[in-house]
Amino acid sequence: MKADLRIPLAVAAALILAAVVAFGAPHVVGDYFVRILLLIALNSILVLSLSLSNGFTGVFSLGHVGFIGAGAYAAGILSLTVQQKKALLPHLPDLLNWFSLPFLPATLAAGLFAAILAVIVGYPLMRLSGYFVSVATMGFLIIVNVVLINASDFTRGARTFTGVPLATSLPWVLGWLAVTLLVLSRLVYSPFGRRMKAVRDDTIAASAVGISVLRARLVAFVIGAFFAGVGGSLYAHYLGSFSPNTFYFAMTMNLIAMLVLGGMGSLSGAIIGVICVSILSEVLRSVERGFTIGDITVPALFGASQIVLGFLFILIMIFRPKGIMGDRELTFGLSGRSANHNQKEGKDR
Amino acid sequence: MATADPLLRVDNLEVNFGAVRALKGVSLDVREGEVIALVGANGAGKSTTLRSISGLARAKSGTVTFAGTVINKRTAPQIVRLGIAHSPEGRRLFGGLSVAENLRLGACTRSDPDGVARDTEKMFVLFPILRERWKQLAGTLSGGEQQQLALARALMAAPRLLLLDEPSLGVAPLLVRHIFDALAELKRQGMTMLLVEQNIALALELADRAYVLRTGKVALSGIASELRVDDRVAQAYLGAAE
Repeated sequence: MKADLRIPLAVAAALILAAVVAFGAPHVVGDYFVRILLLIALNSILVLSLSLSNGFTGVFSLGHVGFIGAGAYAAGILSLTVQQKKALLPHLPDLLNWFSLPFLPATLAAGLFAAILAVIVGYPLMRLSGYFVSVATMGFLIIVNVVLINASDFTRGARTFTGVPLATSLPWVLGWLAVTLLVLSRLVYSPFGRRMKAVRDDTIAASAVGISVLRARLVAFVIGAFFAGVGGSLYAHYLGSFSPNTFYFAMTMNLIAMLVLGGMGSLSGAIIGVICVSILSEVLRSVERGFTIGDITVPALFGASQIVLGFLFILIMIFRPKGIMGDRELTFGLSGRSANHNQKEGKDR
Repeated sequence: MATADPLLRVDNLEVNFGAVRALKGVSLDVREGEVIALVGANGAGKSTTLRSISGLARAKSGTVTFAGTVINKRTAPQIVRLGIAHSPEGRRLFGGLSVAENLRLGACTRSDPDGVARDTEKMFVLFPILRERWKQLAGTLSGGEQQQLALARALMAAPRLLLLDEPSLGVAPLLVRHIFDALAELKRQGMTMLLVEQNIALALELADRAYVLRTGKVALSGIASELRVDDRVAQAYLGAAE
C-alpha cells in the first residue's frame, strides 16, 4: 500500500520540475530546444493516453490517432474566431458559427468529444480481443480519416484546416502533461488499475474472478481517448494548420513505436520512449545533413536517420522485447518494485 | 444425506462449440457441503460442464439452478457474486501481477475488507507458501505453487460452491498430495465442491459422490467409495462399455 503513496510523490516532484522547466527554459535555451521540449511533452501526453488501453489493459488499439484527429478538429472548429469561421467554413451549421471558445474550454471540449466518440466506438469493439480489436480499431481510424476528408462543411475536407490560434506554449503542455500523469498514475495504481491489468493478463481468468472485462476495457479506452482528444487540441493549437492526413498512419506508427520502445506497462516508460525517439531523431536528422570531423568528411545521406531509427527498433525488440522499462516504473529510488521478469508462465495452457 | 433442494442443479445441459456437440444433456446435482467428482476421459465434457455453470461458456439448452436461482443466462461476474467461484483449468493466473494482487483480485467482488483480510490469513494457513511468495510475480512461481495460488484466488471470493478444474495438472506428485490435503481440509470445514480431475483415484478418495462423463453424457453416477471398485468406471474411460 505504501507504494501507492510514492507514485503521487514522484508525480509531484516531476510537476515542480516541469514548472521550473516551463518557465525557465525559454530564458536559458534557444527556441529550437524549447520547441523540442514542447514536442516531447506533447507526444508524452499522446503516448501516455495510448498506454492506458494498449499497455495496461491489453487492448492493442490502432485507432488511437482517430481520437487525436477528432480532438484536433473539434478544438480547431471551436476556437476559430467568428470572422474566420465565416471565411473558412462558410457552411458551418448555425449552432457552431456564432461563437469562439478560448484555448482551455476548447481543449476540454475536444477531450470530451473524443471520449464520447470512444464510448460509441468502444461499446461494440471492446468485446473483441487480440488481433481482432487491433484491426477493428484501425477500421475506426480509416473511418475518421474519410469523414474528415468528406465532411468539408466542418473540416475544409482534404484542404488544410488553418487559422487555429497558436496558443500552445510550453507551460500549457507541461501543465496538461502533469494532469495526464496524475490522473493516469492514480488510475493505473488503484484497485481498478489492477483489474485492467488482470484483463490484460488473462480475460477468462478475469471474468472467472468476477471482473467485467467489457467495462474495464471501456473505461481504459474512454479515458485514454479523453487525453488523446486533449492532446489533439494541443497539437492543433501548436501547428495552427493541419489536414486529415496529419492524423493518420504515420502518426499511429510513431506513437506505437515510442510506447513499445519505452515499455508497454509503464507510465515512466512511455515518457522515456518519447524522449529517446525524439532526441534520437533530432540528432540523426542533423547528422544526415553531412558533417566533417578533422579530415573525414561524411557526405549528406538523406533518409539515413529513418534507417538508423528502424534498425534501432529492431535491435531493441530483439534484446529488450519488453521495451526500456518493461512494466517497471521509474520512481527515483522511492519504490523498488521489480517486475521485469514477467514471463507469463501462468498461461501455459 | 439431507433431502432438501440441492445447492446446484444442472438439468439436461447441452453445449455446442460450432458443429461439435460438447454436452448432450448433462444432469447432476450438488448438495450443500458435498464434494462431487466429475471424472471421465479427455473430451468427455468435464471442463465444459464447469464452464457452463460458471458462465464462461453458454449453454444451448438446459438449465443451471443455484440456490433456487436459474443462472445459465447470467454473466460470469454475476455468477461469482451469487457465490460460485471457478478455479479454471490450467490455473490461468495473472502472471504479470504479484501473488498479493492475484489474491486481491480473487476478492474483487467483495466489499467487506475485514472479511477479505481474515480470508487472506486463512489462505496463509492453508497454503503457507503464499506468504513466502507474497510479493513475487505469479508467473514466476512453480507449477505447484501456481496451483495453490489459483485455489486460493478462487477461495478469496468466499464462495458457497467451488468449481475446481484439474487441480493436479502440471503439479509435481509431492505437491499433488499437499493440494489434496488442503482440499480435504476445506471439505472438513464444510466447503461445497465440484471437482474435475484426471487422477480418478485421488478424486474418488476425496469425493462423496461422483459422475462419470462419457462423450458429453453422464455414463454413470454414484457413491464415490462404491465407484472406486466398480469396473464400469474404467470401461467408461476406455470406451468399452455402452
